[in-house]
Amino acid sequence: MSRRVDLLIVGAGPAGMSAAVVAKRHGLDVLVVDEQPSPGGQIWRNIETVAATARADLLGKAYAEGAAVVRQFRASGVDYEPGTQVWYVEAGARAFLRRGGSASSVAADRVLLATGAQERPVPFPGWTLPGVMTVGAAQIVLKSSGQVPDKPVWIAGSGPLPLLYAVQLLQAGGQIAGFLDTTPPGRAVAAMVALPAALFGAPGDLLKGLGWIIRLRRQVPCVRHVAEIEAIGEHGLESIRYVTTDGRAATVPADLLLVHEGLVPTIHPTLALGCRHVWNSEQDSFAPELDGWGETSERHVFVAGDGAGIGGARAACLRGELAALRITASTGRLSEVAAEAFAKPIRSRLADALSPRAFLDRYYRPRPAVFVPPDHTIACRCEEVRVATIREQVSASRPGPNQVKAFTRAGMGPCQGRQCGYTVAHVLAAAEGRAVPDLGLYRVRPPLKPVTLGELAALDMMDSVP
Amino acid sequence: MFRKLDQDTGSSLTVHVDGHPVLAIAGESVAAVLLRQAPFWARTTPVSGARRAPYCMMGVCFDCLAVVDGVSSVQTCLAPVREGMRIERQQGRPDVTS
Ligand code: FES
Repeated sequence: MSRRVDLLIVGAGPAGMSAAVVAKRHGLDVLVVDEQPSPGGQIWRNIETVAATARADLLGKAYAEGAAVVRQFRASGVDYEPGTQVWYVEAGARAFLRRGGSASSVAADRVLLATGAQERPVPFPGWTLPGVMTVGAAQIVLKSSGQVPDKPVWIAGSGPLPLLYAVQLLQAGGQIAGFLDTTPPGRAVAAMVALPAALFGAPGDLLKGLGWIIRLRRQVPCVRHVAEIEAIGEHGLESIRYVTTDGRAATVPADLLLVHEGLVPTIHPTLALGCRHVWNSEQDSFAPELDGWGETSERHVFVAGDGAGIGGARAACLRGELAALRITASTGRLSEVAAEAFAKPIRSRLADALSPRAFLDRYYRPRPAVFVPPDHTIACRCEEVRVATIREQVSASRPGPNQVKAFTRAGMGPCQGRQCGYTVAHVLAAAEGRAVPDLGLYRVRPPLKPVTLGELAALDMMDSVP
Repeated sequence: MFRKLDQDTGSSLTVHVDGHPVLAIAGESVAAVLLRQAPFWARTTPVSGARRAPYCMMGVCFDCLAVVDGVSSVQTCLAPVREGMRIERQQGRPDVTS
């Protein structure tokens, strides 16, 4: 069945929900679609169920804060379709959706992509073995399923999330075998210039983080300055070998290893739509080029939330509200002057919410091996293409990611380069003496998510009915 | 690999993993069930036959693919459990027409 709405929002996390509430309040006909079974995004995942249970206490205050936003979203009366994947968005704009095995399409005058972030891929030898997962994945399992590792777990990485998860895990009665801190030496110095802004704008966030670090160092064996990691095992993880920057090496038995090296914006939908992207050197990632409201280079296509650049939940909500104001004004239901007046206080709160960012980005900037891993590392998980194979493509013709994809199949599997795109770009850049932003990323073609022939056929029949 | 916290309550239901009945809680994902049900993997790869287990739990990596109620290559981290669901670990290349 084909429908028409004023605004299609993809993603029911902080940005999508906040935007929906504002747009609906100003009279827009809004449809929100989301892959997950319930609203909240990854940060507030399963909050409606968990809020009333003991699990909410161990997940902490920032998680509990989501309950109010979700309640507001539910009360707003927007159309909300959970469990729905968007497999194609066409400028103009029509989106093709699939829910529970059936495909449909919706025409929308305006689209807001609030698709958030993914964890930065962390390739290292053995990272495809069962028993290696991301920290974010383990946290999702805690939120949505109330489960924790059944044996002492190894955590390796850098950034606020591993610290937060480690503390939540201890709180839940889980055990940590060791914490391999991969933050390179000297980061405190590099980040120092950004400290005053962080302390001034969001002192609570920094204190909270410091509390996590102190607690972990007291309760968990911590190894600092880990530079290299290898996961070893036949059919699953059996041991981990790590080396620190000053050359200390150890091999330890392991059942489960959780890794994390920060987040990167989800850019597949905006790449597929042909939006212009820019390189964010502070966050070592691409993001869509946006104006002050979140509009992309394509008219009427907006981005809000971590998809615009990593900023956290509070910033995501505010960016969602800004985008919704601009979208509403562009339909004529709100004057430009009124939109600007509503936006002013939101912009100043956004500046506060983003104030710790520069400090965090510099402090937790990933170590070099995250970008260019050793030769025998699998770069493309789907097609099992190794870093050495990518490097072998480098020749006088200086190929870019798309040629390498054609020659090696890297990026051709079902994840469509979501895990190997940056690795291929970095390996090529290093070997060719070029910069990653000049190489760019894989071209993205629909479908954004695999669809079956049966689903496509059903869609074709529906669309021939006017 | 994972265990449920004792405090966790919710309406329980039964799913079948490779024919074995397993208790699950309404609202959780199929991949979450696979993470506490040995052997801890979801599929083998079409290229080398290596085992893979859920990795990202948010729909990005596609390593959690399994056969659910006869449909192959279901992203189990995005699929909520249902009473009576039949889950099979997936071997090699999927059937694209199902
Ligand atoms: S675990 Fe990564 S897609 Fe399901």
